Amino acid sequence: MRPFTFSKARDVSSAISDVTSHEKAKFIAGGTNLLDLMKIDVMTPRHLVDITNIALKTIEENEEGGLRLGALVSNADTAYHEQVEKRYPLLSHAILAGATGQLRNMATDGGNLLQRTRCYYFYDTDTPCNKREPGSGCSAIKGYNRDLAILGTSEYCIATHPSDMCVALAALEAKVNVTGKDGDRVIPFAKFHRLPGDTPHIDTNLKEDEIITSIDLPAKGFAEHYTYMKLRDRASYAFALVSVAAALEMDGDTVKEARLALGGVAHKPWRKPEAEAMLQGKPATRGQFQKVAEAYLEGARGYGYNDFKIELAKRAIVRSLEQAFKMEASS
Amino acid sequence: MKNEQIGKATSRVDGRAKVTGEAKYAAEFNVPDLTYGFVVSSAIARGKIKSIDTSKALAVNGVLQVFTHENRPGYVWGDEKYQDKDSPPGSPFRPLYQSEIQFSMQPIALVVAETFELARYGASLVEVAYKQDAFDTNFEANIEKAYVPEKYKSTPPPDPRGKPEKAFADAALQIETEYTHPSEHHNPMEMHASVAVWEKDGKLTVYDKIQGVDNSQQYIANAFGMDKEEVRVISPFVGGAFGSGLRPQYQLFLAVLAARELKRSVKVMLTRQQMFSFGHRPKTTQRLAVGAAEDGKLEAIQHDAFAETSKFEDYSENVITWPGVLYKCDNMKLSHKLVGLDVYTPLDMRAPGGTTGIFALECTMDELAYKAGVDPVEFRLKNYSEKDQNQDKPFSSKELKECYRQGAEKFGWSKRNPEPRSMKEGHNLIGWGMAHGAWEATQKEASAKAVLSPDGKLTVSSATADIGTGTYTVMTQIAADTLGLPLQDVTFLLGDTSLPKSPLEGGSWTVSSVGSAVKAACDKVREKLFKLAQQVENSPLKDAKFEEVRFTDGKISLQQDASKAVTITAALKQNGGESIEEQVDSKPADKQDNYAPYTHAATFVEVKVDEDLGTVKVTRIVSAIAGGRVINPKTARSQILGGMVWGIGVALEEEAVMDNNLGRFMNHDLDKYHVPVNADVHDMEVIFVEEKDDIVNPLGAKGLGEIGIVSVAPAIVNAIFHATGKRVRELPVTLDKLL
Amino acid sequence: MENNSPALPPKQTVKLRINGAEKQLELAPWTSLLDALREHLNLTGTKKGCDHGQCGACTVLVDGRRINSCLTLAMMQEDKEITTVEGLAKDGELHPVQQAFINHDAFQCGYCTPGQICSVIGLVNEGKAKTLDDIRDLMSGNICRCGAYVNIVKVVQEALERSETR
Repeated sequence: MRPFTFSKARDVSSAISDVTSHEKAKFIAGGTNLLDLMKIDVMTPRHLVDITNIALKTIEENEEGGLRLGALVSNADTAYHEQVEKRYPLLSHAILAGATGQLRNMATDGGNLLQRTRCYYFYDTDTPCNKREPGSGCSAIKGYNRDLAILGTSEYCIATHPSDMCVALAALEAKVNVTGKDGDRVIPFAKFHRLPGDTPHIDTNLKEDEIITSIDLPAKGFAEHYTYMKLRDRASYAFALVSVAAALEMDGDTVKEARLALGGVAHKPWRKPEAEAMLQGKPATRGQFQKVAEAYLEGARGYGYNDFKIELAKRAIVRSLEQAFKMEASS
Repeated sequence: MKNEQIGKATSRVDGRAKVTGEAKYAAEFNVPDLTYGFVVSSAIARGKIKSIDTSKALAVNGVLQVFTHENRPGYVWGDEKYQDKDSPPGSPFRPLYQSEIQFSMQPIALVVAETFELARYGASLVEVAYKQDAFDTNFEANIEKAYVPEKYKSTPPPDPRGKPEKAFADAALQIETEYTHPSEHHNPMEMHASVAVWEKDGKLTVYDKIQGVDNSQQYIANAFGMDKEEVRVISPFVGGAFGSGLRPQYQLFLAVLAARELKRSVKVMLTRQQMFSFGHRPKTTQRLAVGAAEDGKLEAIQHDAFAETSKFEDYSENVITWPGVLYKCDNMKLSHKLVGLDVYTPLDMRAPGGTTGIFALECTMDELAYKAGVDPVEFRLKNYSEKDQNQDKPFSSKELKECYRQGAEKFGWSKRNPEPRSMKEGHNLIGWGMAHGAWEATQKEASAKAVLSPDGKLTVSSATADIGTGTYTVMTQIAADTLGLPLQDVTFLLGDTSLPKSPLEGGSWTVSSVGSAVKAACDKVREKLFKLAQQVENSPLKDAKFEEVRFTDGKISLQQDASKAVTITAALKQNGGESIEEQVDSKPADKQDNYAPYTHAATFVEVKVDEDLGTVKVTRIVSAIAGGRVINPKTARSQILGGMVWGIGVALEEEAVMDNNLGRFMNHDLDKYHVPVNADVHDMEVIFVEEKDDIVNPLGAKGLGEIGIVSVAPAIVNAIFHATGKRVRELPVTLDKLL
Repeated sequence: MENNSPALPPKQTVKLRINGAEKQLELAPWTSLLDALREHLNLTGTKKGCDHGQCGACTVLVDGRRINSCLTLAMMQEDKEITTVEGLAKDGELHPVQQAFINHDAFQCGYCTPGQICSVIGLVNEGKAKTLDDIRDLMSGNICRCGAYVNIVKVVQEALERSETR
């Protein structure tokens, strides 16, 4: 870990001025990923601005009849919030599928969006990695890539975004409210995270001086038909090989609206609205679900160790949609 | 009756220390004026350090020194000076010895600073330029270059018996398989750590994570040219080891080096990532060719292992000896070859060889049982071996048949439909599988001392270790039992080179070896006490013979008439206010030579496999164990439960994955190297079958540290076959292999 | 990587409230709560098993909630009530969860145990574990390499029953 200076911010504006007035400064909240990476010199900020005392810790109704999640609400408090459990059980389940009781108590909602990839090579400073050190090369493409991406990859990076929460937020079409030195703006969830392209070192479209203040959930929560399915290498405390957030709005056996987001397969939660639209007005049958699964994985590419994810993702989509439709308890 | 302590499900005597945080592990001895060392690891797998620039690290205020091969003092260089009690044949790794890089993550520098954070920071500032050489880390690519070592560390493969090739060719049923077990890392929860305390007179007290303090002491004395008397090694608590603490690891050398050079006390704890930089269970491919008659009676077994080792030491373990122990078969040929790679030397890891070999053997036998159309338990009964055919010796005891019977009954095995894919529940295919296993029940030489003080308190000691196995507790029980004292009057000391010698704590031999020494030392105290009791004024035991008395409840009394008794404290008064002190060296009795002592297990498993998604849940495990006399059913059960959890890890999760482009294990942390978590574990049941054995050692007890694991992984893999009809021959069985 | 290593930041005064006692330390910002406990306060009951939030051995309670002390800075935990394993027994009497760990032999080597114990207490405080599978999942943040999970689950069941009858 490199040395750094440290300050505590009282409010959003002082946090922003603090972070802009220091070289290589970062906000710290839960710290669960930032300190993890600082200890191995993957991230080397010279100044940390502790934002945990800022009043962004409430969950409230927003203007559109949904919920506004304060950026500093813990993942645990979000997942167990009465309104979240009732109106957005997909989100609640997704959060609880991630990390552990301890980590969820520490990690914040804003911080969850800013998690960095868990790629083996990103975490090992003795290996080339374009995300960590632009231009050094990608070790994963021809190396060990079991956990890595099959969609939206580039020749520079095949990292995945590790979050479960974000997969649900993508399906729910949340909005991210941010404040920077130039004022406030709203980033639709689909635009928040980026694909690696030739700039894999940039994970999101958040600017250096910007701070996430809250996340807006739209009124529609798909509380009647949803599933969050996470497939991983052990039953708990592991990142997803493939995860699926599936949400359906049904009219009897006919799908009115479908939302589907995949985790563990790309540099961001993966959505394909045109494939979701294939279900609109269609009966909820296995055959239809299979078509959507095929469409979702169109263009997917394996890199050896992770080839299996293509088939696994298809099967997971079908199963998730079936479960969301029937709302049976998952096993 | 006798045996009031032995056989009792006593709670751990060190339990309170462990649940309050008072138990101190190696890195927790924060002596005054302590400094911290942080290890710099090599980025490459093979080559040379062209240059190493430590100036930036040294410029940091608070960094005291950076040790590298360039400034390391000479000391001694001979291989023999670096060999420890668990070294395989070869040339041991010598830290900071030369510019040559022999494996990825090799320690190449130690930064010592006033605080941990400064040392870690300093380590990040050390700049290294390498000359990279070509390296071999690809096991598959080198398997055909496998060689027979000049000398085996393990038991050399026995000579072939009968005519294995011909018998195989003539057999009605033939099966040839190839099974692969990956590299695995021990990953005890406590990282390896040493605190080298610089004493005023130049002597060292070292707190080390080790499975035998004598080994660390000898290693330091040899490598630094010191007298053993100048080095005291202490290790009261070990946060798990599973074999990783059998050899002194490099942090010990580095801490001692720094302490001697700086004349300061130094703490070095490896990082979790660095826990992947030394010994591990070797990747092993096994080829089996087994022939049987129509009815499943075995006619030929050929079992060949190809196992990873380093380029500098020939590590081997007993992978292929198990057919000769577990199955009666007159035609057998066994071989074990090594695949030399640019990795650190493999190291014994919980049931070394057994875990690997019994997995391949038991899965192959399951395949053969299917081919013969014989129930797997029936198949094993049909081929039951009454002796260790490798040594041609009868077993000292073997209640494996009873394990089958009780295990099968508890599990409900008789309801099994042998047809694969015959049980289903929703999306889940249900499978039932079984396997059996064995492990050696060896006794080694060991010493122990017993001191009974005038107030009736007994202190027994031996320089062994308790790595979670329950040594503190069972030794206390054995001692208390022998002298008829309440547990709270007995203290057992271990983990200190000032105590009587003990073998390394491993191989499931501690209860047998140290337990026998403890008993022998206490037996001597007993004899003395009896004589003293006879000297008590008007002693009711005056005319009694030693054989006629018993020691219970702090009293020595006539077996026939408990009212004729002398209290131990009264007897002690005859000793002139002195303690009774007895030290013994115990060794196996000669009669053991004629027998093969083993523990045995039969394990039954239920799995649920999601038909579409390939996820496996181990819903039930029943293991029946024949392990001689169980000293403490509570800690013994925990040992077996732990073995089952390891079995789940072996079968489904654990694999250190080598990136052959970099020559490096890439999943080197606990996020990416998966060990079982609580949610992976469901119903587990342990049965101890009664087994009498008066040959194995004076206690009749066998060690249980390893028998719990060996049969679990194959039973799981066999259950997965029964569930799915898919035979996965490469561990771990991750979901992709079942899609 | 930058060439000129930055100057070391000055130490700051950090006030921590641990096991009911006020502790004042002079620390550089880079000291984790875990290292502050183990190396600066000699409270070595809290264990370091990975230093990266991948094992749970460092679990402590902060305002009654379980967290990984390795992934937070000591400076960020001022004005909070920190409880470590050393603070659980009262007047020599073990906390019921500590006693239950002994009774059920819910450990072997003991290294993960303090973290497991704090985690059980935190889990009970959370009040979300209803089923056996909930317990197993919510205790999965504490790895036990010795494999004492079956017995740990028994401790949790007992602790939950105790909290219900209270």
